[in-house]
Amino acid sequence: MYLASVERPAAGRADRTKRLAGTVLALGTVSLITDVSSEMVSAILPLYLIAGLGLSPAVYGLIDGLYTGATALLRLVGGYIADRARRRKTVAGIGYGLSAVMKFGLLAAGASVPWISAAIIADRAGKGLRTAPRDALITLSTPDASLGRAFGVHRAMDTAGAFAGPLVALAVLAASGQAYDSVFVVSGCVALIGVAVLVLFVRDPRAPRPPSSTVSLGAAFALLRRRPVRMLLSGAVLLGLSTIGDGFVYLIIQKREAIATGWFPLLAVGTSLAYLLLAMPLGNLADRVGRAPVVLGGYAALLAVYLLLGSGFGGPLTVVAILFLYGVYYACTDGVLMALAGPLLPAELKTTGLALVQTGQALAYLVSSVLFGLAWQWWDANGAIHAFALLAFVMLPVSAVLLRAAREH
Amino acid sequence: MSTDLSLRRRILLAALVTVVLLGGAVAYVVIAGHRGDAPAAAASAVDAGPGDRVLFRNTAASGYGRVATVARGAEAGPRKLSGLDCVRVYAAAGRGICLRPDGPLATYQLAVLDSSLSVAETYPVVGVPNRARVSPSGNVLAWTVFVTGDSYNGGKFSTRAGMINFATGETVDSLELFSVTGARKTVDINFWGVTFADDQHFYATMSTAGKRYLVSGDVGTQSVRTLAENVECPSLSPDRTRIAFKEAIGGNPAKGWRLTVLDLATMRRTPLAETRSVDDQAAWAGNDTIIYGVRRGTRDSDVWAVPADGSGVARLLIPDAESPAALWD
Repeated sequence: MYLASVERPAAGRADRTKRLAGTVLALGTVSLITDVSSEMVSAILPLYLIAGLGLSPAVYGLIDGLYTGATALLRLVGGYIADRARRRKTVAGIGYGLSAVMKFGLLAAGASVPWISAAIIADRAGKGLRTAPRDALITLSTPDASLGRAFGVHRAMDTAGAFAGPLVALAVLAASGQAYDSVFVVSGCVALIGVAVLVLFVRDPRAPRPPSSTVSLGAAFALLRRRPVRMLLSGAVLLGLSTIGDGFVYLIIQKREAIATGWFPLLAVGTSLAYLLLAMPLGNLADRVGRAPVVLGGYAALLAVYLLLGSGFGGPLTVVAILFLYGVYYACTDGVLMALAGPLLPAELKTTGLALVQTGQALAYLVSSVLFGLAWQWWDANGAIHAFALLAFVMLPVSAVLLRAAREH
Repeated sequence: MSTDLSLRRRILLAALVTVVLLGGAVAYVVIAGHRGDAPAAAASAVDAGPGDRVLFRNTAASGYGRVATVARGAEAGPRKLSGLDCVRVYAAAGRGICLRPDGPLATYQLAVLDSSLSVAETYPVVGVPNRARVSPSGNVLAWTVFVTGDSYNGGKFSTRAGMINFATGETVDSLELFSVTGARKTVDINFWGVTFADDQHFYATMSTAGKRYLVSGDVGTQSVRTLAENVECPSLSPDRTRIAFKEAIGGNPAKGWRLTVLDLATMRRTPLAETRSVDDQAAWAGNDTIIYGVRRGTRDSDVWAVPADGSGVARLLIPDAESPAALWD
């Protein structure tokens, strides 16, 4: 097996570009374990709140609406602090630790809606805090030439965890006689194992301390004055503006194909499966042919998804094609964009820079998903998807120029 | 830390932490699995037909989750426990509805009950049970389930409210298919908490474009019409003149709910003496009293009663109980 062979440091004498740093595998393992933990809770949270606590739908909407708006800012702050203190591992560890503790917090919150909300906000804050330092650690411990592969391996492991989480949750529910609290306890314990793996096996590469002026708020803002960074950020934001989000993609499929609601989660499973299988090969491809073309290819796959959604084609084959292409989109963009950004950023501001790109994309997505919701109301699902297909079609060449300009520096 | 310890030691330490944490997790699961079965409670024949009884879901440790009855007037007295497990239960005129788990996995079914609580038929329902009602004639069952994917579906939720009429064989898969008068139908339209006037006419909560309405509906014309804003989980009085509901405080569900009664002739709202936030579809016990569940912790609940005219105080009616239905109306 591929993973087993790269785990042995003795195999490291092989081609440098083929070798993955232990830290990348360790971070992949941490992400895998953490995603098992967090997806366990995500899978049963609605059940717990509605069937367990008997909350009404409006309250569920409120709790679930506590979204990433606030955590976007936190991500930037966390990225900057991680760079400033040169402690990416510590900041990531705090993020993982916070989310782990909050699984027990959910248990302690009992039936109190404000406390449940607080626990969920803290959990998501932990996620916001850890993402950029984690990606910076991957970037810093991998030679530029094999970044695509490193991120591919990491994202594949991450997705594998997300895959297993709901299954573990169902098994725990079945074994405990539908005791939701036991899912929180198991999830918390699993998350703590992830924190332990991070603490024990992830190394924070310590370059000699740079002159103090290089990591300052001024220097962080000066990132935006670097032409490649600006180009990349604008390209990423433009591309982000053409994404409508999983919820809408699956909703359109469900409405068009009249799929019973019970099968709804399977749509996400199909996408994840494609993502899981393609993350590594497409990461490799990005290392060989260049990352910008692969990222753009991913958005071309997304455009194809929109065109299929907006076309008259139907039937199971079309659904499979849509889910596959949607998985291709994820595999081409999520990790590869980080691999594209990594080399453009100075080592001492790597975390801040990655946080900037991630936040830019997240905010762009926030805007575009709201716009898509409005477009759906003005026209209908079909009109909205046609509008976004057109938008994606226009954004693609513009972003191509921007990403190319970023890379040429 | 990672630089101070040898790889061997770190692997040993990781293995130790993993074993301890997983051991703790498994122990918790095992203990949780045996929590409910300590005091075994015998099941007895329970009469769920019309009569001076209150039907409810038992949340006492002995026989947790099972449907039970108590005598009217002696509600805190001995309860008759059936062998039937339900998440949500209701009955009227000799027919009952029970929403319950279907197998060990997270799927649910609707069980149709007769007056002795035997299961006559079952239907799979997609979603988590939330509310259940039976029309006064006993002919129509209504349910609300809560449909949500997982973290993937972008934080969107939806409810599905449906009905089956056993007199005509008519079914309504989802009220979302009905035409709407009085508000714009949006993508995020949701219905929950049906209450019946008769087999054809009902009231329910409709949420669209961020607002929650009381609607009156007609199964014959497949339509609903808005009557008032900020009304959730309506429950029609036996004399069909008033609706008990939960009103979001300041129009904001985040601030909790006040149990309130709406007079359908004057549309006047009377807040009830219960000052705690109640998140339940209340039931009527006669034309003067509202009964409802109040949570106590994550598993337990009590049924309380409060006068329907805003006077008096709330009193504990049935300890360790939820999902009440008065069988004499």
